[in-house]
Parts: sequence; structure tokens; C-alpha cells
Amino acid sequence: MLSEATYQKFAREVAKYPEGRARSAVMACLALAQEERGWLAPETIREVAEYLGIPPIAALEVASFYNMYDVKPTGRYKLTVCTNLPCALSGGSHAAEYLKKKLGIDFGETTADQKFTLMEGECMGACGDAPVLLVNNRKMCARMTPAEIDRLLSECA
Amino acid sequence: MAILGAIHPVLTAGLSDREDGWRLAEYEARGGYAALRRILSERIPAEKIIAEIKSSGLRGRGGAGFPTGLKWSFMPRGMDGDKYIICNTDEGEPGTFKDRDLLCHNPHAVIEGMLIGAYAVGANRGYNYIHGEIFALYRRFEDALAEARAAGLLGRNILGTDFSFELFAHHGYGAYICGEETALLESIEGKKGQPRFKPPFPASFGLYGKPTTINNTETFASIPFILNMGGEAYLKLGSPNNGGTKLFSVSGHVERPGNYEVPLGTPFAALLELCGGVRGGRRLKAVIPGGSSSPVLPAEIIMDCALDYDSISKAGSMLGSGAVIVMDETVCMVKALARLSFFYHEESCGQCAPCREGTGWLFDVLARIEAGDGRMEDVETLARVAGNIGGRTICALGDAAAMPVQSFLTHFREEFLYHIAHKTCLVPREVQWAGSGFHCADAGQQRAGRQG
Repeated sequence: MLSEATYQKFAREVAKYPEGRARSAVMACLALAQEERGWLAPETIREVAEYLGIPPIAALEVASFYNMYDVKPTGRYKLTVCTNLPCALSGGSHAAEYLKKKLGIDFGETTADQKFTLMEGECMGACGDAPVLLVNNRKMCARMTPAEIDRLLSECA
Repeated sequence: MAILGAIHPVLTAGLSDREDGWRLAEYEARGGYAALRRILSERIPAEKIIAEIKSSGLRGRGGAGFPTGLKWSFMPRGMDGDKYIICNTDEGEPGTFKDRDLLCHNPHAVIEGMLIGAYAVGANRGYNYIHGEIFALYRRFEDALAEARAAGLLGRNILGTDFSFELFAHHGYGAYICGEETALLESIEGKKGQPRFKPPFPASFGLYGKPTTINNTETFASIPFILNMGGEAYLKLGSPNNGGTKLFSVSGHVERPGNYEVPLGTPFAALLELCGGVRGGRRLKAVIPGGSSSPVLPAEIIMDCALDYDSISKAGSMLGSGAVIVMDETVCMVKALARLSFFYHEESCGQCAPCREGTGWLFDVLARIEAGDGRMEDVETLARVAGNIGGRTICALGDAAAMPVQSFLTHFREEFLYHIAHKTCLVPREVQWAGSGFHCADAGQQRAGRQG
């Protein structure tokens, strides 16, 4: 079961939509559930669907369509690096190569100690700040030079 | 402050670096909510507001450049029942990062613009759909909404009048396609973001099947300023048929990448100068002037171009969202296009076969050219596949995938042919991406094949 605090946040999201349109809150609720659990296990998706009164498959469809939901377990820190062209021009792909080498993993992989997962991201709408990476979907880090990447990794406990 | 420079700024005028510069009190000190207060106290008719917006020449800032006043006039004002107004802050077009700064530094301008829009089209409820990756700004927008609610600027009987309007924030979670307006509506309804057939257009069948108007963040933010200065004055800031100022997001090989607000019609050369010129004093090779979906222009064409919808269109590209991607002489155009094609393949929603299959083919063929396994007939294959996607899909993502391919082949065909014949880049690998600024010992390796 998800926590009471998360359910309170669910209620706040549902209240944004007209009567009978609770389904509209599925994106926010799945994101909140993932924030609490780290990833979206089938039973977590079912729990969100039940709360909203929609079929579990409708929630799964959303969870699998949007890139930022994790339907498989990740490391404690999911690092998503943008390597799209505007970022690549300012070091985005170089930053990704640097991280792959430092962590010893490729995109889509998790370190053996379950600490880091590295993902290749698409445009985060921050191309002027490249290289850009996102930590656990919520924290955006800008201008990630090698020294900044080293600092970020050492701060991840 | 991420607004790095401006000529005759409107949207970014008076913004400060102060931590609380975005707050309601600060916005009001800059003249904020004056337009809304005047409209409500003088009971200015909706038709008059729409006429003023039409006279300003304001065109949609999200990419399509559709006249905003005209769009608003499509709404069936007199019809009973719910009507919606939606702000599109699902800013995911590679190269674009302007709306993020508006939400960060001037969120109340967006709220006031939406309030005036709601009044003009008769909407009673609105949503701002915010790109999932900029979560801190989703929270900031929610904070700004709370301030507006507490001040009686949102909710029932706004400022004591009979005008009521509710506004909420909704976040995306990683899907480029949701920037397409009907995919965005599906997404707010809690579904996969798959675009709808048009017609019916959102003005007659939008969110939950109700009349809906959708505008870009920058478009809404411009509204209060237009009503304060008058449509004519706003029009005159820009060039004929291209009213006002525009935020340009400049990325890639310039000294100071960032957002710049300049009047429409400003020469590209002047914007490049504002950004400190090409990074490291290298030679300009090409510019994608309006986000990754717009056709690329070689240096000799863009350097003679003015930045407005009509001039860029005449030069063979699109102003789009004002995302200017600058590439210097160290860029391999095959590699650049391969990365863009990977993006469209990743982000195709899968609904239409020409896009779902075609974007995969485009990337596969480009990846094999880049890897040195290209065949001479590949250039024609790329052109044929791109031609078979464009115009054959429900939404514009298919066209957006095809246009870069066609324009790269038009302007840089020799580079593709060289790559196939010599199995390597025309630009020597050791100088490639020299302008990236990331000093990594073995940073030369780039992706050559599709990621699992």
C-alpha cells in the first residue's frame, strides 16, 4: 500500500479536474507513486488504477507510453543525460560517454551495487545549459562539466 | 538570469535576478494585472479584445505561427456549457527552452494572459500543461497560481465581478508528441498522447469534447503587454505581418547560448552578435532556425536572413518556436542528422504506419552511413522514405521527421556522398565537435548504432 501522504497528494491532483474526470489525474498519481516506491511495479500501477476507478490496463498504458515512468526497477539514482543534437553540440554526448566510463555501464543499465542507472534522454527543454542531466526525474543539473559530474556522483550517497 | 540579451524587450523587460522576482507583488510592481483589472472594471467586450489582438499581428509562438486573434475568434462564445483554455508548456522541441524561462521569471504574465484569453473566448476552466522534465518550474507555477488565488485573481467572481475562472497545472512525463495540441488533450484526459484527426478542431471538439483554445506559453505571456501598449504599437515593434518581439533560444556553437528577446525582423547576424558570435571564432557552417523540425539552412543563406516568419519561410525554412541551433565547421552533418532522426524514431507515437516505420528506416539508414556501411543508393532511399512520410500522417511529427532529412540532403548532399564513398566523415574525426567545450580524454566516440 502507498503511504497516507501519497494518497493525500492523489486527492489534491484529482480535485484539479471536473467531476467524473479522475482519470485525468493518472499521470500525476503514477509520478507520485513512483516517487514513493522508486519504480512502478504492476501492483503499484493496479493500486493507482483502483484509486482512480479506471481499469489497470489504462494506467499501464500510460506508464509504458511516457518515458519518465519506470516499469522496471532502477538504481537509487537514475541519471538521464540528454544527447540530442543541441546538447551534443555543447558536450551532451561527451558527458554521456564520460558517465558510461566512470560508472562502467551503458545506457539502460544499473551498476552492480544498485546505486546508479544511466539513461539516454531526449530533449529536456534546457539546451542552452548543456550538458544537462536529470536526477530521479525531478532534479535538473546544468552545465555538467567533468568536474561537476564528479561532484554530483560523490554527493549521491 | 537566463535571459542573456535583448533589443526592445517586452516580455522580459524589467525582470531581475532577484530570487523573488517572479512573485505576484513584483509582477504587479512591473505593471502586471493592470490589463485584466481594466478589462473587468470597464467591462470591455470580448470582441474588442480579440480585435486588438488581431491588430497586433501576434502569431502563435509555439511553432505554427497561426494568428492568435483569429484562433480565439473560432470559439463558440455563446454556447452553453464548459469551455476550456489550455496553455502548452510541453516544451520538448530540440533547441527550444524559452517557455521554461518565462515560467521561471514571469509566471504571472502567463496566468494573466490565460485569464484574458478565458474572458475573451468564454472559457471557465484552464490548464497549463508543463513539460515533465522541468518539475521545479511546475512547482513554481503552482505557487504562482496559489498567489493569484489568494489575491482573488482566480476562482469564483474574480475581483468582485461575475467573471469566474479556474486554472490548474498539469505535468507531462516524457513524451515529445504531447506538444501536439490534440495529443496534449488526450494526455490531460489521462491517456496515451496520440494525436486526433482534425477536423474536428479543438475549438469545436477539444478537452472532454468541449470547445477548447490552446496557445503556447509565450503567446499567452504576450497578451497583457499587447493590451497595455495597444495592438498597433506591438505590431510596429516587429515587421509587417510579424508583430512584436520574440524569444529566441540559441543553442550550439555560440559563445553564450541562452535566451534572447529581439523584435521580429531582426537580422540573424545581429542575433549572432548578441550571442558573442560563433564559439572559438570558428566558421559558421549551418543553422537550424526554428527547432529541430525546421529545415537546416547553410551559413551563406542564414547570414542574409531576417528573423521573422515570412523571411525565414522565403529562405526555405521555418521560424518555428524560435529555437536557433548553431553549428560550426567542425560538425559532421551525417552524425547531426542521424541524431535528429533517432529522436523522431524514439518519439513517434506509433499510431500511423508511415511515421512509425519510416522514422525507423531513416535512422537505420543514417546510422549505417555514419558507421561506414553506407551504400550509394542510400541517399535516394532516404529521400524516398522521407517523401513517403511527409503529408501522410495524422499529425505533423511525420513532417517534422522528414523535413530535416530533405533539407540536409539538399544543402549538404556532397557530405553524405563523401561519407558513403570514403566510409568516414568529410570533417576529420579529430576535429569533430571541437566546439563542445567538454574536455574528455576519449570523448571522440559517438553513438554509431541504434541503442538497444
